[in-house]
Parts: sequence; C-alpha cells; structure tokens
Amino acid sequence: MLKDITLGQFFPGSSPIHRLDPRVKLVLVVLLVVLIFSAKNIFAFSFLVLGVISLVLLSQISVKVVLKAIRPILILMLFTAIINLFWTKGTGDPIFALGFIKVWREGLVNALFMVLRIVSLVTGTSILLTYTTSPIALTDALERLLKPLKVIKVPVHEFAMMMTIALRFIPTLLEETDKIINAQKARGASLDKGNLIDKVKAFVPVLIPLFISAFRRADELACAMECRCYRGDEGRTRMKVLKMGEIDYLSIVVFLVFTAVLFFLNTLPTSISVR
Amino acid sequence: MSEMIRLDNVCFDYEADEHPDSCQGIIKNISLSIEKGTFVALLGHNGSGKSTLAKLMNGILLPNSGKVTVEGIDTADEERIWDIRRRVGMVFQNPDNQIVATTVEEDVAFGPENLGIEPSEIRRRVDKALESVHMSEYKTHSPSQLSGGQKQRIAIAGILAMEPECILFDESTAMLDPHGREEVMAQIMRLRREGMTVVLITHYMNEAVFADRVIVVNDGEIALDDTPAKVFSQVETLRSLGLDVPQVTHLAHLLAEDGYGIRRDLLFEDEAYGELSALLKK
Repeated sequence: MLKDITLGQFFPGSSPIHRLDPRVKLVLVVLLVVLIFSAKNIFAFSFLVLGVISLVLLSQISVKVVLKAIRPILILMLFTAIINLFWTKGTGDPIFALGFIKVWREGLVNALFMVLRIVSLVTGTSILLTYTTSPIALTDALERLLKPLKVIKVPVHEFAMMMTIALRFIPTLLEETDKIINAQKARGASLDKGNLIDKVKAFVPVLIPLFISAFRRADELACAMECRCYRGDEGRTRMKVLKMGEIDYLSIVVFLVFTAVLFFLNTLPTSISVR
Repeated sequence: MSEMIRLDNVCFDYEADEHPDSCQGIIKNISLSIEKGTFVALLGHNGSGKSTLAKLMNGILLPNSGKVTVEGIDTADEERIWDIRRRVGMVFQNPDNQIVATTVEEDVAFGPENLGIEPSEIRRRVDKALESVHMSEYKTHSPSQLSGGQKQRIAIAGILAMEPECILFDESTAMLDPHGREEVMAQIMRLRREGMTVVLITHYMNEAVFADRVIVVNDGEIALDDTPAKVFSQVETLRSLGLDVPQVTHLAHLLAEDGYGIRRDLLFEDEAYGELSALLKK
C-alpha cells in the first residue's frame, strides 16, 4: 500500500544531462534561476524558453513527465496571472474596462511573462536536478560544494550523512509501516473510517511502534557504524571522487554563452517588456 | 599459533556505576584466549551474556575490570581503538540495521572510506570483497531490493573490505530463512578455510558443529569450552543450561541410554549413518 510512494522523481538514464557532474548541475541550476528572473523583454523570454526546451530534449525525459511536474502549480500560475493582469496599472487607455475592472496592455504582458517564468523555473530545475540526478549524488555534491562552510563550524559532513541514512532507510521504514498497519488491522483497528480527526487518531497505534523501532534501528546502526570505524569525516576518504570531465566544461561554456546572449537580447528596444 | 583475542579476568555490567567493585553483572570474571585462524562457536541461552562478550572483543564495550587485548593491543587504549576495530570486524543480527549507504558498492566502501584509504585501493578492495561473497553483479543495486541472505552477505563484504583478521558474527543467521542461513554459513566456512579467525554466536547447534571449538556461556561465566564433539556429548549438562544438542547427537545419546553400543559424540549425519549401519548389521 505504501510501497508506491516514490521519493524524489529520479529517472535513471544516460543522457548528457544525466552524465553531468552533480556539482556543476547544482551551480548551473542556481544560475539558471537568476537568469530566469533577469529576462526582461520578448526576445530574452523567447530565447529562455528555447533554452529550457532544448534542456528537456537533451535530457531525454518525456514531455508527459514534464507536464506532470507543472500540473501541481497550475493554480499558482493562474493566481499569478490574474494578479498581474488586473493589478498592473499602465499608461494610456486600458484595452479592456468593465466597471472598476480595468486591464492595461502592460498587465497582459506581465501576466504572460510571469507564467513563462514559473513554467521555465519548474521545468528547468526539475530537468537539471530532480529528474536526472539521484538523491544520493545530490547529497554528495552538496557536501562537497558546502565544504568551505566547515570553516565557520557548519557540520556539513554530518548533515550529508544524515541525508544519506534517511534516504537509505525510507524503503525500510515504509515496509515496516506496512507491517505495523497490517498487525494493527489484524487486531481490529480500523484505520480508514470516520472523519479526518478519527483517522489521525487511529494512526497513533501505528506511529508509536514505528518510532520505537526506528530508535532501536538507529541504535544498532550507530553500533554497526562504529564497528566499521566511522568517526565523522576526520581522515575519511571516498571511493568515488567527483571529477569534472569534458562534458562539464562544455556545459559551463554553453551556459555562459547563453547568459551573454540573453543579456544582449535584454537590451534590444521593444515595447513588449516587463515593467 | 599466535593469539588473536585475549580476555583476562574480565567483568562487565551495563549498570556498573551502582556497584563498581562487584563482579556479579552480565560478564563475571571471564578469562579466555582465542588463537589465530580458529573457528569458535559461542553458545548460550538468551541473556547469558554471549553478545556482550562479543562486543567486549572489539572495544564496542569496555570491561569494568580486567583486560581485553586484540593482538596485544588493549581495547581500553583510545588511541588504537580504530586499529582494533579494523582487525576485528563484526556482523550483526539484523541485516537492515547495518547497511549505511543506498547502493551495495557504496556500502561495502563505507569501512575502507572511514580508514582513509586511497580511492583506487578502496575500489580494488570493494570489488574483491563483493567477488568473494559472490555479489558482484548486484554492485549498483539498492539494498532494499535484496533478500535477507544477500543483505547479510553485503554486510560481510563490508567487513571484508576493511581486511580484518577476525570476524565476529553476532547471531548473523538468526533472522534469515533456511536458504539465507545456508548462504551465510557457506561464506563463514570459506572464510575459515582462508585462515580467518571466526567467532560465531548462534542458537543453531547444527551451525556450531562445524567449529573447532565450542564455548558455552551461562549467566556470565564459561560453562563449557571444548571441541564440538566433547561439548555436545554432554547432553544432560547442555539441557540444564537451556541449550539443545544437534539432532544426531541427541539420537545417539538416546540409543546409548538404552544400552546400545554407540558413540555419544556423533555430530554429522554421515558419521551417524556409519555407526548405525554397523550397529544394525550386528
């Protein structure tokens, strides 16, 4: 019953995007977000959308999957569009007026661009990160990228280790939850009857054994880790060393060119631009 | 033969602070020496202190009094504790609770990574360890996709990758199905052939018969310590300690009680077959 919960939405593959160094991907994603918010006019936006579309094509992830990612934010998009449409005051005459509702041309442009921004944001980040990078590679990349923070006593390694263990134990604990649910059902517990509050209350006899077992597991795991000489990241090496390859340098260059073109397009004179 | 693990007058109790000088806790004044390359089975009913004894052997627990040494290194020596744990690996009961990483090879690499070994050398060790437990083809699998016996073999590989000299198995077969148990036992027998010192804590008498030496722990003390044949032929003593004997030994014991001239130290079916057919021909 709980087995079908998928965490993260990693689709294994061997596309160029899959093969990128996860550190490079992380940095590029941050820069992409900046780019998405720097696009100002119709040329820049078109170029941006073109870029995002080529990302999708490169990743070999099906368009259906991408559309699925956009679906949950449809309401947000609609809301943003409406706000921008009706609350942007333009110069000159409104193109549409009905009583106190007035829509200016600038509002229409703003609404369109905001929606485009949201769509590219979600598509870009999920294609570059969540769809093509395994959670463990992501954790690894974060640990290595944030290493400098250790100077100011941020326990970077400990956080990464916690993430790894959490990811490792999700399937184990899900399986266990399933077992406990069945055990409680066998004793006559009804877990899906009544209103929401009843349901939440009915879940307490599932949560308590789950927590107790999780603590016991944690204790045993800690012991097993000590037996395998774990002592934090002091003197620790890694089997897999992340190494930047041609494809990583190439993607950085492509990204920089893309950025330069986008900023150039931003300066072109046009009346269709964000205010 | 040289000594792998040595215990001298070891006392231990989890609540030692309450009565520090008494030696009436979980482990009561045990002295013991395990030679290199031997296969020792540690038996005892639940709560007899056998798991505690194992944890004392690699410095997870430290004795309240007395001394534990691993190849001459005192486990109380904090500076060398990692030296000890590298030499004496431990495989636990629940395979799920000892796998740290999300892929098989990453997990096997965990130990050597902690030891600060060069990446290329870690790679070599991981491949070798997986090879020796016959799990190479599962390298990139997630542990949750494996069976209990396979997970336990991964746990063994994780220890092997540290290149230890001794492995403690703390009821490592207890949670497995018969097939998984066979897989793990086959692995243990192979390690022993390769000269590894093995300490096996178990409830299954038919696993203990393969050992060179059987130690029975009762109420924190060593009750019996001898070869399997000699230990298991003392059926009544073992019964009084809450332990079973292998079926074959039990049968021989019953026949001998009835006055048949049969050896009491039979351990294996083929041995018993020889004895019984000789008996029947008479």
